[in-house]
Amino acid sequence: MILISRTIPPRTRQAFSDALVKPFELLMSTLDLLLMPLQRLLGMRRMAYFFVAPNMIIFGVFILLPMLLNFYYGFTKGQSILLTKREFVGTENIETLLACEDYSNPNTCSEDLFWRGVRNTATYVAAQVSTMVLLALATALALNQKVVLRGFFRSVFFYPVLLSPVVVALIWKWFLRYDNGLLNFLLESLGYERVQFLADASWARFWVIVVSDWAQMGFYTLILLAGLQAIPASLYEAAEIDGANVWKRFRFVTLPLLMPTMTVVLVLAFIRAVQVFDQVFVLTGGGPGTATLYIVQYIFRQAFVVSPRQYGMGAAASLLLALVLLVLTLTQLYFARRSEAT
Amino acid sequence: MKVRTILMLLLIVTLALPTTSLLAQGQVELRVLWYNDGIEGDVLRELLDRFEAENPGIKVAIDVVAYADLHNILRAQVEAGGANAPDMVRVTDTAAFRDFYLDLTPYLADPEYWTANFAAPVLNSFRKGEDDQGIYGFPTQFTVTGPFINRTLFEQAGVDVPSDVMEQPTWADWEAAAVEVAEVTGVPYAIAIDRSGHRVWGPALSNSATFLNPDGSFTVDSPGFRKTAEMIIGWHERNITPLGVWVESGGEYASARPEFVNGQLVMYMSGSWQIAGFSTDIGTTFDWDAVPNPWGEGGSTGIPGGAVMAGLNTTAHPEEVAKVMEYLASEEILGEFTAKTLFIPGHIGLATKGVAYVTDDPNVEQALNTFLAEVPKLSDEAYGLQYSPITFPLNVNIRDRLSQVIVGELTLDEAIVKIQEAVDQAYIEVYGSK
Repeated sequence: MILISRTIPPRTRQAFSDALVKPFELLMSTLDLLLMPLQRLLGMRRMAYFFVAPNMIIFGVFILLPMLLNFYYGFTKGQSILLTKREFVGTENIETLLACEDYSNPNTCSEDLFWRGVRNTATYVAAQVSTMVLLALATALALNQKVVLRGFFRSVFFYPVLLSPVVVALIWKWFLRYDNGLLNFLLESLGYERVQFLADASWARFWVIVVSDWAQMGFYTLILLAGLQAIPASLYEAAEIDGANVWKRFRFVTLPLLMPTMTVVLVLAFIRAVQVFDQVFVLTGGGPGTATLYIVQYIFRQAFVVSPRQYGMGAAASLLLALVLLVLTLTQLYFARRSEAT
Repeated sequence: MKVRTILMLLLIVTLALPTTSLLAQGQVELRVLWYNDGIEGDVLRELLDRFEAENPGIKVAIDVVAYADLHNILRAQVEAGGANAPDMVRVTDTAAFRDFYLDLTPYLADPEYWTANFAAPVLNSFRKGEDDQGIYGFPTQFTVTGPFINRTLFEQAGVDVPSDVMEQPTWADWEAAAVEVAEVTGVPYAIAIDRSGHRVWGPALSNSATFLNPDGSFTVDSPGFRKTAEMIIGWHERNITPLGVWVESGGEYASARPEFVNGQLVMYMSGSWQIAGFSTDIGTTFDWDAVPNPWGEGGSTGIPGGAVMAGLNTTAHPEEVAKVMEYLASEEILGEFTAKTLFIPGHIGLATKGVAYVTDDPNVEQALNTFLAEVPKLSDEAYGLQYSPITFPLNVNIRDRLSQVIVGELTLDEAIVKIQEAVDQAYIEVYGSK
């Protein structure tokens, strides 16, 4: 802009500016033409509702209405997707989902795949959230230092977040394949045996966590980095004068002041981990067997894969999932606020 | 003010334009919901272009969707009805949409042509309850399950192809030969079968399994089914089959097509729908053959299948739908469709007279002849399984539960109980009680 203002004569500059502004003026005056009569009709106060309405309509149609429909579906059964043609069965679907002789053995449950999904999801959430938050914190701490190429590294860690989960899963699938997979090619070149990374249950579970960590870590690193930068440097200087070493500065300055940000990160990561689906669906399809079948895939399977479709069962499972998420999130927030207060 | 007035006028004209242009055309636009396995969508478009030229009042749009989404999209569209619903559809799960098919009989010039040229089990699969006369659609193609072999590998290994030297080679004979070929040639995989319950049925029936009861329900447990399941589990235990198919694929259908096309697999149990793709993808890289279904105590049978095209009762233009269906089901047009898509005809007249396929690939000719020879061998039970209203639950549950046995999550006994529970539940949902 400085270059333009120095080299372009004022009249040309004015013409250039007019060319940019005029269309906006025209657009605004057209909108004015439409909105002025409406404002006269509704009055100033009600116009606020008019402006909020588009967002509320979108929220109502695409979020609230599906939630209410899902709630009702959970208490019905039948093949039709029309509510009027579905039979109301009360809590039958939920009772079927929860019916189990021995909860430690999914094979004894009437919906064994639901319980396999629950068990797999619990393991996944614990492992994925903990490893990812630790990695994100370590990365944020490193990127908060005055390191060479800091901007470049910040971009590198954030880049996977920009990728679609399907793209991420496909890239890793090609990387991990037994036949013609890059990782197995490297192992063979080094004289090792190829490994069935996606056909062995333990390996598949491991890689699902690694891929999720890789894909999401940048996002949480960025949030934690923002939290770290909000901590006043004077506190570290004071701690240093008092003789606090690196660990003590981290333990007694960084960690307490970062706790509100950590809570946000934990809640977000936790909810996202429970909802894991698309990435794993493309990477392993829930296999081998049902080793990486998580709860959302179970819901998807019941509603859109099995034949005849079990819409009611899928909806009931998603109600249970929502309930568990709500309870756990509230508990987490309660403890976070209590620790903040103390 | 002048500019504002012009802008407002432009806005009104723009909004009104599409409506006026549609009215001016005075045409009926029909929509067909379609999926593609190969080139059949292009062939259909070509045929419909000719139809539209002959019938200027009707336009037919093809809405192509992925096969995996087809049944979910169709369910939502037909239940919602109105302008969103297609007028015609191509499906494989015929029974799932029996409430929505359009009875074409009142609009057809010659209903007897349909009953004479399309197999009764197929026409029955559209019908519901007491109805035994309605005509709702026709099979766009017929498929038969059966194995393919990489003949070049057999020649390189110096191993006889069992069907060349034996009258009734069994699965055990084929397995032994395929393993020997793989060992000699260094190919990684000897034998594979698609991850699909439908593909398991043929070998199971040939091994004397019986599934179908007189009341239409299924009994899963039988020595023949166990023998077949153990055979497939054994392939995985012995590491002679690619784990990518049954183990890595989670809850989805999966095929061993890439391994076969890449020359990494000696014998591949799949079906006739693979022929066109093999011709394109393998070309002259190696010789491949379709071979007869292996024999067992229950004989030698594949499983019929294929897709059907039907009119939908949500249409506002039943007469025009019937006209399009009549055109596409005619011997001449269906013959052209079959010849270009390299499908096995589901039309009895065409099957009897033969189809002049548009190909110069000798492998294709051999494979088509082999599968055509399999058609008369198909058992009644094979037809019964395929056209049962609860065929999909049996298919999907065999597929998913056997995978769990292969990875050690279930025993075969537990898997059989789970499959039985699922098909019993499906039977109750379809028939009301058991």
